[in-house]
Amino acid sequence: MGKLFINKYCHIKNNKVFLDGKLVFSDDEDHDMKPFLKSVYRFLKPSYNKFFKMDEISKLAYLCSEYLLQDFDLSAFNKDEIAIVLSNSYSTLITDQNHQNTIEVADNFFPSPSIFVYTLPNIMIGEIAIRHKINGENIFFIVENFDAGLLTDHINNLYLTRKAKVFIGGWVNMGPESYEAFLYLLSPSGQTGNNALEIEKIYNT
Amino acid sequence: MDDLIQKLKVQIIEQLNLEDMEPEDINPKEPLFGEGLGLDSIDALELIVLMEKEYGIKIQNPKDGQKIFRSIETMASYIQMNQK
Repeated sequence: MGKLFINKYCHIKNNKVFLDGKLVFSDDEDHDMKPFLKSVYRFLKPSYNKFFKMDEISKLAYLCSEYLLQDFDLSAFNKDEIAIVLSNSYSTLITDQNHQNTIEVADNFFPSPSIFVYTLPNIMIGEIAIRHKINGENIFFIVENFDAGLLTDHINNLYLTRKAKVFIGGWVNMGPESYEAFLYLLSPSGQTGNNALEIEKIYNT
Repeated sequence: MDDLIQKLKVQIIEQLNLEDMEPEDINPKEPLFGEGLGLDSIDALELIVLMEKEYGIKIQNPKDGQKIFRSIETMASYIQMNQK
């Protein structure tokens, strides 16, 4: 069995989108995250109205995956050969707080189903999988910081045990003060080999 | 009835995040689910919450929902008949 290679990576932070290290979209840094995400959507024009129903962190994950996969032919692989391995530190804290706001006051107890369904980080994987019809293995790690070693070990294990051939790995995090999405795409062909040092390097570019 | 239909359109657009849609884009006789507005099962639950929160109407039997939420017009009729 051959190696895995890094095909592409996308980083969204500070109201900027970087694809393979190059700036491809930017907005006024003073803007809130919400209008920024909408601007990215308008710029990409994916015609995917489900976007507007997602919570903010799922929008972030979705947009990052759109950039990552826009020129990659996923149809060359079986749906169950594509795996998604993501991580973050805040889980879905912002949405959890929004849900809490709908149930906090006893005489105004109206939990919103459309908020509640986003109170698990796996839903980000679900949104990417639904959009791109991916049926493979998936997992979401909650860890303190971005951990290239953890992701690489898990992905390599899935690859070596033939559970998947293509991987979307990364970090999608949203806290009270900041947000960040970093996704990378691995497949059996390419030039830069997949290892924790390389992943750490592209994360820090 | 027309005022209630207009109010419902605005509330549904806001509550269900129907981006890029204006009240005048919605035909009150149009089906809310399927080929009409294309709402999904989570939207159906949001509509149940909307009825209770905004109009104080609890829908006890889920089977009734199919008739009540057929269109904005059927929702408005149900509200008129059941609001206390």
